[in-house]
Amino acid sequence: MTNSISLSRRGFLVSSGAAGLTISFLAGCAGADDNTPAAADLPPNPEVNAWVHIGRDDVVTIRIARSEMGQGTLTGLAQLVAEEIEADWDKVVTEYPTPGENLARNRVWRDFSTGGSQGIRSSHQYVREGAAAARMMMVQAAANEWGVPVGECSVSKGVITHGPSGNELTFGAVAEAASQLEAPSDITLKDPSTWTIVGQPVARLDTADKVTGAQQYGADIVLDGMLLASIKAAPVRNATVASFDASAVEGMPGVVKVMQVGDDAVAVIADTWWRANKALEALPIEWAGGDRFNSADFEAELDEGLTADEAAIGNQGGDVDIAFAEAAQIVEATYNLPFQSHAPMEPMNATALYTEERCEVWCPTQNGEAALAAASRASGLPISQCDVYKQLLGGGFGRRGMSDYVAQAVLIAKEMPGTPIKLQWSREEDQRQGFYHPTTKARVRGALDENGNLTGVNIRISGQSILAGIMPQAIVGGIDIATFQGLASPDNPRTADQSLKYTFPNFRMEHAMRNPPVRPGFWRGVNANQNAIYLECLMDELAVAAGRDPLEFRLAHLQDSPKSAAVLQAVADRSGWGSDDGKHRGLCAFYSFGSYTAACAEVTVDENGQLKIDRIVAATDPGHAVNPQQIEAQVEGSFVYGLSAMLYGNVNFVDGEVQETNFDTYNVMRLSEMPEVETIVMPSGGFWGGVGEPTIAVAAPAVLNAIYAATGNRVRELPLNYRNLREA
Amino acid sequence: MARLHVNGQVVDVEFDDDTPLLWVLREQLGLTGSKYGCGVAACGACTVHIDGMAVRSCVYPASAISEEEQITTIEGLSEDGSHPVQEAWKELDVPQCGYCQPGMIMAVAGMLNSNPEATDEDTDAEITNICRCGTFQRVRRGVQLAKTKM
Repeated sequence: MTNSISLSRRGFLVSSGAAGLTISFLAGCAGADDNTPAAADLPPNPEVNAWVHIGRDDVVTIRIARSEMGQGTLTGLAQLVAEEIEADWDKVVTEYPTPGENLARNRVWRDFSTGGSQGIRSSHQYVREGAAAARMMMVQAAANEWGVPVGECSVSKGVITHGPSGNELTFGAVAEAASQLEAPSDITLKDPSTWTIVGQPVARLDTADKVTGAQQYGADIVLDGMLLASIKAAPVRNATVASFDASAVEGMPGVVKVMQVGDDAVAVIADTWWRANKALEALPIEWAGGDRFNSADFEAELDEGLTADEAAIGNQGGDVDIAFAEAAQIVEATYNLPFQSHAPMEPMNATALYTEERCEVWCPTQNGEAALAAASRASGLPISQCDVYKQLLGGGFGRRGMSDYVAQAVLIAKEMPGTPIKLQWSREEDQRQGFYHPTTKARVRGALDENGNLTGVNIRISGQSILAGIMPQAIVGGIDIATFQGLASPDNPRTADQSLKYTFPNFRMEHAMRNPPVRPGFWRGVNANQNAIYLECLMDELAVAAGRDPLEFRLAHLQDSPKSAAVLQAVADRSGWGSDDGKHRGLCAFYSFGSYTAACAEVTVDENGQLKIDRIVAATDPGHAVNPQQIEAQVEGSFVYGLSAMLYGNVNFVDGEVQETNFDTYNVMRLSEMPEVETIVMPSGGFWGGVGEPTIAVAAPAVLNAIYAATGNRVRELPLNYRNLREA
Repeated sequence: MARLHVNGQVVDVEFDDDTPLLWVLREQLGLTGSKYGCGVAACGACTVHIDGMAVRSCVYPASAISEEEQITTIEGLSEDGSHPVQEAWKELDVPQCGYCQPGMIMAVAGMLNSNPEATDEDTDAEITNICRCGTFQRVRRGVQLAKTKM
């Protein structure tokens, strides 16, 4: 494939559903049209290189390997490419290469996986280098055309100019010749001080269709002859299908097929999803075996872990035992946090078309290559005979890094060769079949000397390891180092971007791994979310015990991390911290995903103990701020995600079954609970930190500390559920 | 065969009596802008208008809608995305993943139909749609901006 990527499969034709109107339109890509009158007689331009195609109409199509799920990475990555090729931003569009194309081209786009706030920070270098190479090739092509030295040519906004003659050529006019040139080996990236697109608050590239309903998500795909599937997997982990009575529903309207999927699931296939799901709900299914797990009972195991002799040590310094032995005052508390469900707005779905020669999948996924591998495994076809067409995600939050729903869709489609099958989970299925954010408890302890100086910090986390559940190969020496996110050592290259920024004279961070029979998963913010509560509520408790100002107390231990101190000071200054205005405020600073974040929350607790979060001031230093307005959007949204968990998030298992199966019981924050968030984006440059996740960590601790300021009571068990905060 | 008025057009469509309007729109009329989020009227991703009033179509039986009632979906809110709410949403880059936004926009447009002077407090009270990306702050600003474009 040397030309523009074929769009024939991902720009699918849409036709009628089960009955009624027939509509068809082509969801195509403007970049490959080459439809200007002058260019109409010419074949389309080949790509300049893997990252960039430029049409004869000068439309710049930028290839994006990572998945867009709302976090804005598509626009941010496009800014990086447009910057280095010196494109006219108004002519930029984007497209996804497929995972199959990536493999066929020796992974020219490298990693498709989108998680860990890595979209930009782990790909900016090679993405920008690819773009810069494309620019250099186009300038060379123009110089060749004119027979002049490259050094006499300049480039700006998609136009190459020969200085001495004033001749000009657009990118579209030289793209074909450029594509024939050798890629340059010596690439110099632009100095950040010369950026004109990166660092600008440009509008997202994917907004227009999202306000008209034209944006297609995986759930919206319609293929010719497609049938719809609804599925129910064993509601209890590790249970299997014992039996099901297909005859009970086979006569229901529209039902085409009732089938077992793997060992543990049953699906109904029908002409509409509504009919498929209705029949599925009526289908008698018997399950066998499984882990009859009760989350309420699991608390005892977590409690045991809090004081167990054995625990992994993730980070330590000095001698914390001596510090506690010699302490004038010890602060000790236990915090308790529940399971969480991702609950993206778009429930899991995937559309699969299987034939004996080929398996194709259309799906929203955070990990296109893992989805491709899943399609290959489930179909039994070699990976070269499979492909995945990524769709924009209706939320991911880590859930769509898993490919379980992709495999299910393929297993169903394999039973109906030639018929496209769209598998759509119900919300209930989505809630029951999660990869849940683990429950943890922590015993947090701090030692103070007689002058109120902090001499020791000890955090013992007890709970599930995410890596042990889904990436056991990442457990080294029995330690899940990711458990220590934000508490970890800067000296370990695996945790440097998730390291503790306080300087404590003596400290020890411990984890007693206690794994329940529940699938764990990466949940936006991951372990930083609870670790920030553990560390930053402890710091608040310690400041109070020491009779010191919580801001001053924190800053006193951030002397080795001026960037952490800067974001904390910024929120304090903006919020009016320390002023005598009767407001109740709480602070939090945390470092995770390579970015420095802080928040100051302002709350009111009325005489009935009811909480109102009035205002949040948040600051983030992600190093380079590629798109400040999108960083603001991510920071604002992070408070919704983080405070939803604090207020309501709680998945309970009773006899192995999830109790909260829809938004009526798994409540989340609404507009009326949304505080005004003032975001301070303060990029200090020189590094690339994440944006989508790190701010979530500071949301709950800032509010919990503000609740203490308002009431004198500590909330140490979540969710809050608007309990009476005046009652201790 | 039932006759519905959808986005200014008359359509004849067959469906089972208990089929919610959402699924008739999405699966039989090809209007996929209205989203399935919960199926229990808890999230609002399915919000459409019936005679200008916002309703949650995932629990609204299509068979309960008369020929006289005008159904408007996100696709019919304007011809070209130029409704004041849509314009405000673009100007402020409100959507993140965008999946809930058709419902959010229809809910806001419905509120402004009945209350063109809606305040932030009105928005907080009336717009109970769920957005997991957390666009609420821009939604609030968007309502106020849309008011200036009405």
